[in-house]
This record gives sequence, C-alpha cells and structure tokens, in this order.
Amino acid sequence: MFYREAGDFKVSYADDSQTFPIKFDRYRYYVVLAVAFGIIPFLINDYWANAILLPFLIYSIAAIGLNILVGYCGQVSLGTGGFMAVGAYACYKLMTAFPEVSMFIHVLLAGGITALVCVLFGLPSLRIKGFYLAVATLAAQFFLVWLFNRVPWFYNYSASGQINAPERDTFGILITGPNAPAWATYLFCLIFLAFCALVARNLTRGTLGRTWMAIRDMDIAAEIIGVNPLKAKMTAFAVSGFFIGISGALFFAVYLGAVEVGEAFGINKSFLVLFMVILGGLGSIFGSFAGAAFLVLLPVVLKVVGVDILGWPTDIVAHFQLVIVGALIIVFLIAEPHGMAQLWRVAKEKLRLWPFPH
Amino acid sequence: MPEQLVFAMEVTLNGLMAGVLYALVALGFVLIYKASGIFNYAQGVMALFAAMTLVGIMQGQVPFSHVINAVFGGHVTHFGWNVPGVLAIALTVAVMVLLAWLVQVLVMKHLVGQEPIILFMATIGLAYFLEGVADLMWGSEIKTLDVGLPQGINLWIDETTFNMFGYGFFIDNLDIVATVIAALLVAGLVAFSQYTKQGRAMRAVADDHQAALSVGISLNFIWVLVWSVAGFVALVAGIVWGTKSGVQFSLSLIALKALPVLMLGGFTSIPGAIVGGLIIGVGEKLFEFAIGPMVGGATENWFAYVLALIFLVFRPQGLFGEKIIERV
Repeated sequence: MFYREAGDFKVSYADDSQTFPIKFDRYRYYVVLAVAFGIIPFLINDYWANAILLPFLIYSIAAIGLNILVGYCGQVSLGTGGFMAVGAYACYKLMTAFPEVSMFIHVLLAGGITALVCVLFGLPSLRIKGFYLAVATLAAQFFLVWLFNRVPWFYNYSASGQINAPERDTFGILITGPNAPAWATYLFCLIFLAFCALVARNLTRGTLGRTWMAIRDMDIAAEIIGVNPLKAKMTAFAVSGFFIGISGALFFAVYLGAVEVGEAFGINKSFLVLFMVILGGLGSIFGSFAGAAFLVLLPVVLKVVGVDILGWPTDIVAHFQLVIVGALIIVFLIAEPHGMAQLWRVAKEKLRLWPFPH
Repeated sequence: MPEQLVFAMEVTLNGLMAGVLYALVALGFVLIYKASGIFNYAQGVMALFAAMTLVGIMQGQVPFSHVINAVFGGHVTHFGWNVPGVLAIALTVAVMVLLAWLVQVLVMKHLVGQEPIILFMATIGLAYFLEGVADLMWGSEIKTLDVGLPQGINLWIDETTFNMFGYGFFIDNLDIVATVIAALLVAGLVAFSQYTKQGRAMRAVADDHQAALSVGISLNFIWVLVWSVAGFVALVAGIVWGTKSGVQFSLSLIALKALPVLMLGGFTSIPGAIVGGLIIGVGEKLFEFAIGPMVGGATENWFAYVLALIFLVFRPQGLFGEKIIERV
C-alpha cells in the first residue's frame, strides 16, 4: 500500500529522475528533514548533543564515505582512522592560519585535502586487490598517525602534542570551543550530513555510481565493457576521502575540541567505521545511517544498563561491551550478511502489499 | 672495523631474531588461510587468550572470579594451588582445541560460502569477543609469564664478539630460544602436513574443497583441526611474546605486526611467512637505526607496512604466493 509505484504517474523528465521517485519515500524524507532541522534544535541539550546526536551525525558522514569505497566500489579500506586524522589536522591548520574565514570553508577544504591524500594512498589499488589491498591501506593508517605525532609543524609546536580547537564562528554564531551552544553544533553537523547524503545518493544513482558498482562486481568484465578502472577507483577514493575528511574535521573541531591523534584516530576507529558499514549494509546509504546509529547507541545503552542500573564496576561493563559487540557482529553476519538495510528492504517489500498480500 | 658497521651488524642480528618472532605469528595466519580461505584477524587475540589462560591455570586462578565477586559479592580469587608449567601447557592446548571446535560449530559452519570479506569481518568480531572474554575470565592487569625459558644477555656471544671486534653484541637468550622453537615448529608442521593422514587431508582441503569432499574428507573435522593447530601456534607465540614483554593487551597487537609479513611472503606460503618475517625484522631495525634518528624515531610502527606496500605494487601476490590467475 505504501511503497507502490502504480498510480504515481510522472509527467516530466525532472519528475522521473528525482532523488526519491516513490511518493511515500519522498514525503518520509521531507518529514525526517523537517524534524531534524525544525524540531530537534529546540529540544536539544548538551547531554543529548554530546552523547548521542553529534557522534551519530559525524559517524554517519564517515560511514557514508567508507560505504562508497567498500560497499559501492568494492575496495576494502582499513585506513579510515588515518584519513579522518588528515581531515582533523587539515582543519586545525586552516583554523589557526585563517581565523576570520568561515568554518564552512575550512571543513570543506579539509575534506578536499583528505580526498587528495586518499587518492594518493589509493593508487596501489590498481595493482592489488582484496585482502592485500585491505592490509595495504593499514600502511596509510599507521604512517599518517605516526606523521601527525612526530612532525611538530602539524600540531603547531604545542608542548603536549595535542591539537585544540580554538573558538571559531560562522555567520557570527560560535561553532567550536567549549562555549558553543548545543543547537549550533548540531545544526552545523546536520547541514554537512544532509549535504553529503544527498550527494552520495545522487552520485550512486548516476554514471559514476554505476561504474563503481561494475568495478565492484567484477573488475575485469567492467574493463572489457569500457569502464576505465583508473578513473572509477580514483574517483571512489576521492569522494570517499572527501566525506571522511569532513567527518574527521567535524569530529575534532566540533565534537571533541581537543585531540591526541593516536587515541582519537587509531586503528580502532577504522574498525568502528567499518563495522558500521557492514552492520548497516554494504552498498546502502540508509545502511550507513542505521549502522552509525546502532554502534553509537550501543555503548550508551550498555553503560546506562550496566553501570547506572545494575551498579557493576565500569571496567567489567567495558569488557562486557567488547563481548557483546563481537557477538553481535558475528550473529548479524550469520543471520543477515547484508545488514540492517536488508531488513529495511524486506519491510518495504511487505509494505507494498500490505494489508492485502494476495 | 669501523664502529658503525659493528653496530649495524648487531642491529641486523637483533632484527633477524625479531623477524623470527613475527614469522611465528604469521604462521598461524597462513595455516588457516590456506585451509579455509579465511583471513583470521583473531590470531593475535588468540595468542593473548592462550597466554592469559596459561598464566591463569599455572597460578590456579578461578575463571571469571572478579566478575562473580563484583556481581554476587564474594572474595574468591584463587583455588590455592600452583600447576607446573608442562601440565598447564597441556591443559591450555586442550582449551584451545575446545575453542577451535566452538568457533567451527558456532561461527564458521554457518558462514560457509559467504564472501571472503564477510568471513574476515566475522573474525574481527571473534577477536573483540575473545578479548572481552579473556579479560572477564582472567582480569585485565599485566601478568608475568614464566615457564622456565631462559632470559637475559647471552654471555657467550657477548664474549666472542668482544674478542673479535672489541665490542660485545647484546643478544637476548630468549630470542635464541625463540628461534629454535620456531624452527622446530616449522619442521613439525611440515612433517605433519607431508607425512600424516590428517596433514594430507588438510592439504587436499586447501587445494579444492569440493574435490576433498568427494573423496570422503570431512571438511568439518579438517577445519576444527586447522583452527586447533592455529590455536597451538598462537599458544607458542603467546608463550614467547608473553615471556618477553608480559601478558597484556598489547600482545594482541602482534597480529598487526604479522600482516605486512604475510603480504611480503604471500598469504599461502609457510616458507614465505618465515622469509617475510626475517626481511621485515631486519628491514625495520636497520631503517630505524639508519634513518630513524633523522625523522624523529619510532619508524617501526609503519616501516613494515610501507615496505610491503611498495613491494606489492611490483609483485601483487607476494614473494612466494600462488600466482593470481583471473578468469572472466
């Protein structure tokens, strides 16, 4: 009844090729946007912003970026943490060098710089595939973290080796620093997320997305039908790097405010984002959101249940969290290897016929 | 003889010893990859788990004691006995075999036929799970492991080199023992896979699953066997590394050290793991010695990866890997 193309007649080409061709989908999308932009900013407080909403928004951007690379183009990357670090440090250098420029520009530029670095480390993907490539991207992870730790120019020769986000604004509203209001930081991240999701959704529907998927499904066959693997793989690395760079910049400047590179952008971050993509669903934008939401909420829920309600010591709850995350990943892979996005697709199929399935 | 050269020789020797240790971890990966096509990220955590179990059994710790104490209240920590090393090792092997069986029955059996990346993710999940379980069972504090392996400077080498060059090399006894153990282990594995029935069945499965099935080899049994052998290798690696630097979380990170070794040597080759380990060990120590001071040190973190990356661009299947043939 809901997801039905029947009766939804398109009368122009613009109608036919719009982002959400099914009416119900489109309205749902408008409602989500209206709630996210129009209602949540008035209800938000510091706890909700910092514990749940900001990490969710920022990880969603990272997950979309990684999903383009892994889910759409089939190039497995374990270097996400390192690329996020590039975004963070690029943003930091720009913020401190040009204090009067708007944060929007800084974050976008940080994304662009990360895209360049990502393409550079993506070059070997033309020769190596599969696991070899996955392990090769670890080279990026370790090298970049080491670089930001050891070269003082990147952290402006500060004594602690950390980077701290100075107070910066955009259109006169404070975005970074401890005094930034929760609604402003939330909206700032939300704008980037909405932008990234829209771009990703439309790229993956178009020519570029199709060449990526051709490369993913079988690269030799794709080459034979005329897909240029150099162009396809490099664009995937570039777009993915752009998104991951934006998320790294936001993660540092807006969410954490102060960053020690080994801790914030270590190998665990790479795995975390990869988990989001796999649990959410490879090759699905919605899946990126679902995976990010799930893995952001899980530790919060476990902490509330374990520490606050049951009163167990924090270290035991932390260990339980490892066990539960590990077990959940295995269970998910066994029960639904295509992730939560697949559950959603199944639900949609059911909704098409509901309430008269015959 | 110039001083720098002598230092470089010492660094090279130490690098060779470190390389043997890397190879020890890499072996476990190769075994599982060859037999089942699974890239087992959990190998490092298995080494940690094995070492912690060994320490726990030797000291007579009660498993899960601090969880029980925290949740139900109580002060049970130890059974109050100490188990001798040999018996404890035997018990730990039994635990690792049990673990292998559980992994096969609960996880891998349900994932047969999935894409390699899904299997890889499952082993990452397994790594998280095992790490959590190990911490819950035995506690996460740093433990010392002593099963009687010799440690400290080898005086004989020190004296001999002092007489030859006027400078005594520092070589740890433990590294020498580790080299001997690794050599024995490789010889044992080769003998096992060449001359025993199960070993041959294992190689058959590695070659072709379906053909192996059709001549009556039980895949289930072989996979349990392979995971057990990998668990045993993990135990050996855990003992050596644990004796060297204490049993703690960082032990599981040796898996990350073994990855470039695998890339260099090829995922499917046991000699490749050894040679790759030696190249990486010597390479990173020499690089740190020669270039490290100029760029701020701690190059060991990434040198192996970058070396392997550059190498792979020229030879995508690694030194000894099987040639990659693609058909459309």
